[in-house]
Amino acid sequence: MSNIAATEDHYTSTGVDNRKLMMWIFLGSDCLFFGSFIATYLVYRNRSLAGPYPNEILDIPITTVSTFVLLMSSLAMVMGLSYVQQGRQVLGRYWTLATALLGMVFLGFQVYEFSHFAHIGLTPRTNIFGTTFFTMTGFHGAHVTFGVIWLLILAFSRLASSFKQKMLIFASFISVIIAMAGLMMTETLDVIPHMPFSLAISVTIIGILGVIASLYMLRVPDTEPAKVSKEEENLELAGLYWHFVDIVWIVIFTVVYLVSAKDGAPLL
Amino acid sequence: MTTISYPTFIRRPNEYVSGIWGWITTVDHKRIGTLYGVTAFLWFLVGGIEALLIRLQLAQPESSLLSPEVYNQVFTMHGTTMIFLVIMPLSAAFFNWLVPLQIGARDVAFPRLNAFSFWAFLFGGILLNLSWLTGDAPNAGWFAYAPNTEVPYNPRNGVTYWILGLQLLGIASLAAGFNFLTTIINMRAPGMSFMKMPVFIWMTAVVNVLIVLAFPIITVALIQLQFDRLYGTHFFNPAMGGDPVMWQHMFWLFGHPEVYILILPAMGIVSEVLPTFSRKPIFGYTFIVFSGIAIGFLGWFVWSHHMFTVGLGPAANSAFAVSTMLIAVPTGVKIFNWIGTLWGGSIKITTSLLFAVAFIGMFVIGGLSGVTHASPPSDAQQQDTYYVVAHFHYVLFGGSLLGLWSGIYYWWPKFTGRFLNERVGYWHFGLTFFAFNLTFFPMHWLGLDGMPRRVATYPEGMGWDISNLVSTIGSLMLGVAVIVFIYNVIYSNLRMPKTASNDPWDGRTLEWSIPSPPPHYNFDAIPEVKYRDDFWYKKYPELAHDTHGGGSDSEIQENHEVDHADIHMPDPSYYPFFLGLGLAIMVGGFIPFAGHWVVCAIGLVIFIWSFLGWSYEPVNG
Repeated sequence: MSNIAATEDHYTSTGVDNRKLMMWIFLGSDCLFFGSFIATYLVYRNRSLAGPYPNEILDIPITTVSTFVLLMSSLAMVMGLSYVQQGRQVLGRYWTLATALLGMVFLGFQVYEFSHFAHIGLTPRTNIFGTTFFTMTGFHGAHVTFGVIWLLILAFSRLASSFKQKMLIFASFISVIIAMAGLMMTETLDVIPHMPFSLAISVTIIGILGVIASLYMLRVPDTEPAKVSKEEENLELAGLYWHFVDIVWIVIFTVVYLVSAKDGAPLL
Repeated sequence: MTTISYPTFIRRPNEYVSGIWGWITTVDHKRIGTLYGVTAFLWFLVGGIEALLIRLQLAQPESSLLSPEVYNQVFTMHGTTMIFLVIMPLSAAFFNWLVPLQIGARDVAFPRLNAFSFWAFLFGGILLNLSWLTGDAPNAGWFAYAPNTEVPYNPRNGVTYWILGLQLLGIASLAAGFNFLTTIINMRAPGMSFMKMPVFIWMTAVVNVLIVLAFPIITVALIQLQFDRLYGTHFFNPAMGGDPVMWQHMFWLFGHPEVYILILPAMGIVSEVLPTFSRKPIFGYTFIVFSGIAIGFLGWFVWSHHMFTVGLGPAANSAFAVSTMLIAVPTGVKIFNWIGTLWGGSIKITTSLLFAVAFIGMFVIGGLSGVTHASPPSDAQQQDTYYVVAHFHYVLFGGSLLGLWSGIYYWWPKFTGRFLNERVGYWHFGLTFFAFNLTFFPMHWLGLDGMPRRVATYPEGMGWDISNLVSTIGSLMLGVAVIVFIYNVIYSNLRMPKTASNDPWDGRTLEWSIPSPPPHYNFDAIPEVKYRDDFWYKKYPELAHDTHGGGSDSEIQENHEVDHADIHMPDPSYYPFFLGLGLAIMVGGFIPFAGHWVVCAIGLVIFIWSFLGWSYEPVNG
């Protein structure tokens, strides 16, 4: 017993890894965080004194699609973790990357939705609906963004032992950014305006090809189980976080888009 | 592992770094505990000076020592400082020192996160107090009621400092909460089941559950207020459909658990001090533990008793009155447990015990006045009067602070290897106890007589003059008592030899089984725990029979010759400091005029750099 270091994760009283336990405690805490935003939204329902009101602006079909995308990202997360647990690192990494990409697509929908609302005239300053809607979904989006960065780091940065591998990781990151830039040029998102569609689509495709090419060259043989455990733990932690953020979105989707989609001007 | 090359940003320092960098890079829970304690004491002096200013202003009617504007700033900062920068971090100092020692661990679960908590706390406190330099200290009370905190009514930057400083302190508390909960749940010595943990550890666990669940709420409330102030949202703006009462709900939904965050650590300390000096096990361990849990649980259902005069209606008021009165039950149980512990014990009177006993008495007074304003009609008379000030000083000063002082005298030999002088300690205790009552007892009748709180002065001829003068004299004597304490600390560090043995008080818990001060790895061999108060029964195995059933086969463990080179402690790290610094700079950048987006960007760069460096830092070496 004497040479067990304080932070080594071999022995714990409950048998649960310290980091995993802390992640659960953090998620418990985060429930109260989102709970407070959601409670504020519900308390302030139907209290906007000026438009646009939810029934004029919320687009359920589009958000259903983005919700579906986020749910599918959780499926990809499960696949990724499952492959890593089997020691099949390559597939595990592809699924992890797929999770992050689906998360990015969800964020793209959110960017679109926010900018669309702003065009129509709903900002956080317009009315109490805008105030509560943008802060709640915005902080959820920030959580998704953090999760995407975490997953990208997990997907790319493992086993960066040689110079070539480091360069390939760098190349894959650049490719992701190029692909994102391409998506932003498209008219639907229109974050970078006035770009011809052909340019936007070709930049996107170049980016995606770059990701695939660098990942293909980065592929590593499946590792022996002893080495897997650490990677598995890391991915499991990210997975817990990702599923949690996903669940929070289901609540927000229900509360905002399903429950209050018909909310209009207050009956004074 | 060896094939993986880590991107190194700064080389991780070796085991020992000397001087100031040693303190900055430390991840040792004992050193971090000391940092918390010293910093909190310095803030205590700041908050104390603010208190004296308030009392000097109120010593006479129609005094003009402080202008009403400055008075608002002083009482706001006094409250904020004492709650967030003194009582909470002083408790955190005890958590840091004692949690690993009492559960038989070598460190907390996440040593670097622990260091980060301290730095975020320090920089948060500095950010909050920087507001003095700009002349706009926060001025809306520690509860910062909207819409008084909204830009139209409070256009200067004080409230923004308050919001951002508290956000940083909240992050520090949350990180510490995750860390201590994980440590207590996961790093107990073999054999130490939950019901064998010392009461202090139990109370620490309850407090950290409260921190982890209550702080996200204030985080959101502060975000909302900040967005209202900086970005023009309408959370608390009635003109646009917002509701200032929503702030009150959010704030007190955090604020009431917060008061248990402040008192439960002291209750834990007293529950360790009394058994030791009565040479008896704590009376009704299970009851005292479950009462603590009950207080933590019920604490979530009483927040609206701070809002009885808002007009929530008789149904809500009655419900919250009942739940508030319910809390008196587990609290009363604890009081009787402590008395039962003293009863029939072979009591050894020390400064620590005196503070602990005074804690019981003063807390009972504060608790009883608390029950009087659990009743809405009675509260309607007391709201915003000095009666309330008297109440919460009896529980915060007479409760929390006396309990913490009891802990300081009790564990000082363990922390430093030296005793605090008992004779000076008696003077410290006597002066504190007398002056405390002199200061705060008159406030009871001042309040019942109608003297309002948070008002800079009062007219002559209200019959309040003498009581206020007495109170001010008492507060000056409290200042003297603090000087006596400082003298005691200096005297015992310069003059008292390092005479403390492992177990100077004949203690009961694991921290007394190791040298004073403990080596940096704490335990030569991680102890195996068999009983509640395990160390006591290892010393007196013949007592184990009748108290706890099991056989008396527990023996004092042979001190095996342990090769200390085998014990791997986590290495120091620069990143917690820089992560905290980056965060503080980033947050500071949000303050209009003083801040700038460039400041935010600089902070963000430092933050990301330290975050990546932290993530890739090798665990050892």
